[in-house]
Amino acid sequence: MEIILITTAVITAIGILVAAGLVFTGKKFHVDVDEREVAVREALPGNNCGACGYAGCDAMAAAIVKGDAPVGGCPVGGAACAEAIGKIMGTSGEAPERNIAFIKCKGTCDVTKNQGNYVGVMDCRSVVLNGLSITDCSFGCLGLGSCVTVCPNDAITITNGVALVNRKKCVGCGLCVKACPRGLIELVPEHNRVMVQCSNRDRGPLVKQVCSAGCIGCTLCTRQCEFDAIHVENNIAHINYSNCTQCGKCADKCPAKVILPPPSLPAV
Amino acid sequence: MRKSFRGGVHPNDQKLLSKHAKLRRFDPKGEMVFPLAQHIGKPAKAVVKKNDSVLVGQVIGEADGFVSANIISSCSGKVKAVEKRRIISGAMAECIVIENDGLFTTIENLGESTDTDSLSNDDILLKIQKAGIVGLGGAGFPTHVKLKPKDPAAIKYILANGAECEPYLTCNDQLMQTEAPAIIAGLELVLRLFPNAKGVVGIEDNKPEAIAAMKAAATGHDKIEIRALRTKYPQGGEHNLIQTVTGIDYPVAKLPADVGCVVDNVGTIFAIERAVAHNEPLFTHVLTVSGDAVKEPGNFIVRDGTCFEELIEACGGLKEGAVLKKVLSGGPMMGFAVGTLGVHVQKTTNGITMLAEDPAEDAARRMTACLHCGRCTTVCPAGLLPQLMAEAAEEKNWERYEKKLYGLECVACGSCTYICPAKRPLTQTFKQAKAEIQAIKRTAASGGAK
Repeated sequence: MEIILITTAVITAIGILVAAGLVFTGKKFHVDVDEREVAVREALPGNNCGACGYAGCDAMAAAIVKGDAPVGGCPVGGAACAEAIGKIMGTSGEAPERNIAFIKCKGTCDVTKNQGNYVGVMDCRSVVLNGLSITDCSFGCLGLGSCVTVCPNDAITITNGVALVNRKKCVGCGLCVKACPRGLIELVPEHNRVMVQCSNRDRGPLVKQVCSAGCIGCTLCTRQCEFDAIHVENNIAHINYSNCTQCGKCADKCPAKVILPPPSLPAV
Repeated sequence: MRKSFRGGVHPNDQKLLSKHAKLRRFDPKGEMVFPLAQHIGKPAKAVVKKNDSVLVGQVIGEADGFVSANIISSCSGKVKAVEKRRIISGAMAECIVIENDGLFTTIENLGESTDTDSLSNDDILLKIQKAGIVGLGGAGFPTHVKLKPKDPAAIKYILANGAECEPYLTCNDQLMQTEAPAIIAGLELVLRLFPNAKGVVGIEDNKPEAIAAMKAAATGHDKIEIRALRTKYPQGGEHNLIQTVTGIDYPVAKLPADVGCVVDNVGTIFAIERAVAHNEPLFTHVLTVSGDAVKEPGNFIVRDGTCFEELIEACGGLKEGAVLKKVLSGGPMMGFAVGTLGVHVQKTTNGITMLAEDPAEDAARRMTACLHCGRCTTVCPAGLLPQLMAEAAEEKNWERYEKKLYGLECVACGSCTYICPAKRPLTQTFKQAKAEIQAIKRTAASGGAK
């Protein structure tokens, strides 16, 4: 009995001592943490993709609370996220429009071909950085999937020799844009559905030699456009997305059918 | 005296296929294509236009800057176009296309002998520069740049590289047998530029005929030594040749000139002799067509711009019953696969290897995870750790790759890939890593300039 009492007394004494110590250190070394930062961190998607330009969601949350980053600065979270953060911060969050990666190449195995049978490291960068080419087209998708490897959301697949973006899964983080050695990937605002599916900067006859679906730079699209939204530069058509009204006239007229029509028009 | 270097492998050299085929001149009939970038440095500038007539030996592309080289026409005829064509690497590049009239009319005084004794050093260098000579061992570095180091007196060795360690290739072997006196004369010309230098011709000991011929030609030349080297790949690598011949160990990051050496392929030395003593610029070089899929493997004196297809026809085409699976420009260790036979010979193309089996395909099928056996480390001639380098490269840990593992010193000889029992594509990984790091450095440099 005595032993039990002594043990209880000793343990209680230690408990009180430690508690006092903890209270003291807690007061002494107190750091002010903005509650909002924690809340903002909770509201962010937690992808840690770095698409916002900060090192991860923690850094982004700190930046938002500090006022360095806009409330709607997370391109992945979209409107819902911006709204939630806006509530925490007490401002109305203007979410930027979501961007979606778009592959500017239509060169599937049916319309162009690879040279020989490539074996080796399955990485487009390995081929292009060493000055080689495995596709007939010097500008098109190699289909070895450098973009697939870097995508954090499994949004890209190689389909019939060309990378294809799943528009639902893509969060517009832009990692694939940096990974593509041929610079084929562009981030396009979500509402925009009229896009040029080719990047070949060679002249028409050369394009025709290597791919039957390539842009030949005929400028027919430029003449159709009433909004000054499509231009041919370096033998390749490019759409100015802020001017484009999605009328789809250029897609209609394109002889190579290389411009994606808006979904309201029948697809080619 | 050392006979070899640390590391290296012994691949089946397959040289018997073409070893005894005498050098043949080959005059092509079809159109000739001359890429403007056949060398390291700035691409040449085309100085001919469509429909211009050109002659053999005429300059059609002019060097653009000091580190660049002239492009010389190897046929006579009309310029068909200056346009983008597919080159050996598979990429499209700006090329001069000449419709060959089949006459091979030469410019005046081509092949005219010159009295070399009266030439000054500057004259010799100028002649080499005008002749568009680049390193014919494969890299294509402009030779006049190499022969103009900061301090010529500090150069102690001129190494003529006749090792030819690459499997299948035998053209330099044949060249040394038939043109030994010319090579020695060429080496003497180079030696004149470097007062304190000694000439050494390094030849692997699997070429006894070439060694004998060169030794016979070198008698009476005090400053030239013929050295038989142990047969081991990559004996002909610049770094390894210097190590073997001079006994100097130095990091690959240093240039040969930093340790008092200049290394030139025997083909380059021969081209120097032709250019300086015979006024014949570089438009032909030696090339081996070999492999188990070709009917009669051969060694050729080939004109630049010749189509691969024509050369293969000259070898009797494909062997009966053989299925062509892979064509390599160069040999199997350093060469690279070509996607089509419609490409054209460049200055640095020293072989066409036609294989009935694709070893890379087989390797890709049998590839496993790294076994950590360490064989790559024992064979690496640069003394690197390929196993750890591959790990760093796969993690994209470029900092570790460059600073801790010295991965930029990889010479891409392919020994590690050859020996790897797990069949991992190590060399390709390292080539990519090197290119990635250089690309990052370039962007950093250009960003800093802005």
